[in-house]
Amino acid sequence: MGDLATLTRQALDEVAASSTLAALDEVRVRWLGKKGLLTEQLKSLGALPAAERPAAGSRINAAKQEVEAALQAAGEALSRQAVEAELAAGRLDMTLPGRGEVRGAVHPVTRARLRIETLFRNAGFEVAAGPEIEDDFHNFEALNIPADHPARAMHDTFYFPDGRLLRTHTSPVQIRELRKGRLPLAMIMPGRVYRCDYDMTHSPMFHQVEGLVVDENVSFANLKATLQQFLQAFFEKDLRMRLRPSYFPFTEPSAEVDMSCVFCDGAGCRVCKHTGWLEIAGCGMVHPNVFKATGIDSERYTGYAFGMGIERLAMLRYGVNDLRLFFESDLRFLRQFGAA
Amino acid sequence: MKISINALRERVPLDIAARELGDRLTMAGFELESLTHAAPPFSAVVVAEIIEATRHPQADKLQVCRVAFDAASRSVEGALQIVCGAANARVGLKTALARVGAELPGALKIKAAKLRGVESAGMLCSAKELGLAETSEGILELPADAPLGQSLREYMALDDMVLELAVTPNRGDAMSTRGIAREVAALCGVPVREPQDPMVVVDAALAAEQGTARATLHEAAACPRFHSRLIVDIDNTAASPLWLRERLRRAGMRSISPVVDVTNLIVHELGQPMHAYDADLLRGPPQVRWARDGETIDLLDGKTVTLRNDELVIADAEGAVALAGVMGGTRTSVSSSTRRVLFEVAWFSPSSIAGRGRRHGLTTDASQRFERGVDPQLGAVAIERASQLLQRIAGGRYSPIWCVEDAAQLPQTAAVTLRHASVTRLLGADIPAEHVVGLLQRLGLKLVADSSATTTPGIWRFEIPSHRFDLRIERDLIEEVARLWGYERIEAAPARSLQVIRPHPVEVIPEQRVLDTLVARGFMEGIHFAFVDPALQAALFPGVPVHALANPISSELAVMRTSLWAGLLKATLDNQRRQQSRIKLFEQGVVFPVEGAETRRLAGVVVGSRWPEQWGGGREASDIFDLRADLESLLSLTGDSSAFEFVADALSCLHPGRTARLARHGQTVGWIGELHPELVRSLGFASPPCLFEIDVDPALAVRYAPFEAPSRFPQVRRDLAFIVDDNVTAGAIMDVVESVKLSGFRHLFVFDVYRGANIESGRKSIALGLILQDKDRTLTDDETDRIVAQVREALRAACGAVFRE
Repeated sequence: MGDLATLTRQALDEVAASSTLAALDEVRVRWLGKKGLLTEQLKSLGALPAAERPAAGSRINAAKQEVEAALQAAGEALSRQAVEAELAAGRLDMTLPGRGEVRGAVHPVTRARLRIETLFRNAGFEVAAGPEIEDDFHNFEALNIPADHPARAMHDTFYFPDGRLLRTHTSPVQIRELRKGRLPLAMIMPGRVYRCDYDMTHSPMFHQVEGLVVDENVSFANLKATLQQFLQAFFEKDLRMRLRPSYFPFTEPSAEVDMSCVFCDGAGCRVCKHTGWLEIAGCGMVHPNVFKATGIDSERYTGYAFGMGIERLAMLRYGVNDLRLFFESDLRFLRQFGAA
Repeated sequence: MKISINALRERVPLDIAARELGDRLTMAGFELESLTHAAPPFSAVVVAEIIEATRHPQADKLQVCRVAFDAASRSVEGALQIVCGAANARVGLKTALARVGAELPGALKIKAAKLRGVESAGMLCSAKELGLAETSEGILELPADAPLGQSLREYMALDDMVLELAVTPNRGDAMSTRGIAREVAALCGVPVREPQDPMVVVDAALAAEQGTARATLHEAAACPRFHSRLIVDIDNTAASPLWLRERLRRAGMRSISPVVDVTNLIVHELGQPMHAYDADLLRGPPQVRWARDGETIDLLDGKTVTLRNDELVIADAEGAVALAGVMGGTRTSVSSSTRRVLFEVAWFSPSSIAGRGRRHGLTTDASQRFERGVDPQLGAVAIERASQLLQRIAGGRYSPIWCVEDAAQLPQTAAVTLRHASVTRLLGADIPAEHVVGLLQRLGLKLVADSSATTTPGIWRFEIPSHRFDLRIERDLIEEVARLWGYERIEAAPARSLQVIRPHPVEVIPEQRVLDTLVARGFMEGIHFAFVDPALQAALFPGVPVHALANPISSELAVMRTSLWAGLLKATLDNQRRQQSRIKLFEQGVVFPVEGAETRRLAGVVVGSRWPEQWGGGREASDIFDLRADLESLLSLTGDSSAFEFVADALSCLHPGRTARLARHGQTVGWIGELHPELVRSLGFASPPCLFEIDVDPALAVRYAPFEAPSRFPQVRRDLAFIVDDNVTAGAIMDVVESVKLSGFRHLFVFDVYRGANIESGRKSIALGLILQDKDRTLTDDETDRIVAQVREALRAACGAVFRE
């Protein structure tokens, strides 16, 4: 055994030479363990004269502390290196795309319909539906369109051999709801409708949404406000609207609804055929004959109704320029409507 | 409806521009569809006369003309020399001369030129060259009295504009220049004018023709009034005069002959359809009767139509000569050689005419007006005006007008009561009383002076003029007030909303949740026609009855679907053609079973790899179990997953070994399976699609399960591996385990199915995981062992399970 200073240097050299935590632990045992070389030094104190013992003891303890500190520092350094090595080995290419399925998409007509439903539900409207195979009474007769009425010529109707038909508009749902007699009512009735007409701008099946409000003092001014608010909310634009007198057998007064063109803000463009206006809906005050056919007292109640094409709203809102795309289920088209 | 501003101006004073007039009519319910010039721009074209015409020395088809264009140039020396190729260029003809410097439509500039060596100082113009016709033969022929040198635009009043207006079906009264003039008068608050031509002189001698010219009405309800007049010694050979041809042109009609042109003009000008017969071809007096079933008539458009007994005809002794109110027949039609004409001006009830023309593919000026309604008092005016015009053009002698009528059958306009309060309430606008009354009076309505209604303030009674037969009830008058007052002047006013909280049953899954579930699993929503190809429908569902359309738009869109699969499979094939290899589509919509009501369905189709092609796997073809997981995810929205059962079953369009019926509490609510391999081949799929379809209402009704507190005690897992026959289904195994009904049994799942090495053929190895847990205490090892033993015993007994010890 050499002197304490030599021993200490020797221990510190061994600490420095340890390249793993296990080697470091061996060094600790060898020098500071119960039978460690430095620990042993304390046992030799008994051989010293009593007066020298305290000084010798504290020298030995100081040496132990020095080695202990070196062990601690070396241990921390080795741990750090180990973590760094682990991290380096675990690197991934974080630019690779995620694994698994990707979201699909809701159909743009559905998206537009749900938006319409939300806006009207928020205003207290209910949503109702009715059958698509209808009879003459609900589709025409009760809507003040008797047989051979010229207005029937405007509806290219699909018929079944038994005389029933595919509804040409969502208005028959009005009749079904009015006949339930639950007044006052405020509802919209979205659904598929059918017309025997197929070209660039006509589809034999398309979607309409019908609106109906009946109460004791419902007015044309109310109708105007509802439509104006709806169009502004649907398009999120401060657009202008005008009602143009027109004719529908089931409303009187009747109007076509024009809104300022959403593409040119009314300045005139190709989409609005340079008129600044887009025809977007038909509307009017429920005709007394409709109330008569549904057993409602037209002296007590008044009502308004409106109808519009959902495809048209969707085309204008989402900038779709070809009606036929809606029914072709081309994934490259549908995929674009993944947003909520 | 095309209306010339000039024609309108004859009947109503106008001091606004055509565009503004069109806008005002639009906002009064007559939408301006187009506004066009009566003639395209051209300049320096004047009335001229050919005073000499000689053959061109070098060209057979050309003439060298000397053309006068004012009094001074009438001498051969003063006249212009113009080379002209028109066959009708002749001495004495008044025509249109484009002088050097003139600009014609199509940016054609007239310059002095040499034609085959002869100088030409301008051009004689045809109607086509001036943009007045699509085609024309020869140069324009002007009347002999056309003033030389006058600008042609001025002479022919070509600086006119034509309004094309849409007239709604309720306004038959406005389908004429006269009707639009009345609207303009009401809108602008000005009076209408009627032309004041002298009546034709009646030839009393012709009164004797009554027996052949006076009508007999067999169906007074359908035709309660019939005016006729015989006209003899007319000259129908000449062309109609320029003014008449121009008027017709601007109304969108062609000139045919003086007689026909006059009748066409009357329809357009007054809105009263009329017909002219060659009286020499009529066999006996006209009779109005219903057609006999199967009776035929050759119509003027060249078609022969077979009639039914609800179609009204005008007939003579030999049969039908006209389909009443729609079109005349060829047998008695007027030709250039016609010398004797019978005018018919009748009133037909709308219901006797409506729809009849359309049966034969005919929509005529007459049928459009009669089915909308014609003023019953207009006949006398119209037949006299037609006579006046015809006399000016074709001469002739005129019989008295015979009017046969059953006045009781004619529609009567009744007075209508209007309450100011109704106007205010319905419109939500305060229109002052004097305006309400004033606007209606402008339309020709008259206040009834001595009725009790008039003594109450704010309640009026109005007499309705005969042409406004559409005004029958108070609401009709309110509409007229609103229309003339202006919809734009009625302020929008939001209704006060009712603060009502409506029922919102949890049983109904919000649609958005359903959509989100499928979209999150990669599905795209398609919408397909509800009518499908009968061949595809029959291939998928042989023997299933369908609703077939009577008038399908095409043979491939002819029957109503009984399943959404037809549309989804077609869309899948379409996408396959667009090089899409992975397709996940769903659709929601109704189907139309012949038995039972329309049913809401939700269906999906999947073909292609499990995941979109990517580095991270999922390249294997997706199969029925991937789709089942999608469907189960949807069903879990009901909160009632355990109620659903997939029962192996068969459906002819699906693979017989890969089909399951979805049952909920035993009730069938849907199907899932792989398309039958034969259909996969015959329809041309690259790989077999998997399909599901559910009945939305029973399948997706929500049932919240009762709440159960989670156990605080540890759970134990025990795995069981055993071998069974291949035909023992997982469902059967699970049922057996569940039937043991052990307390402490929480959850069960299959975690491995293995066939192959070390397992004899026809057998398979199944591994089950059992999760055991008691809600009140910790299960002991003994208890756990007992439970597992019971399960093993049950599986041995019921499924022939062999456990590997």
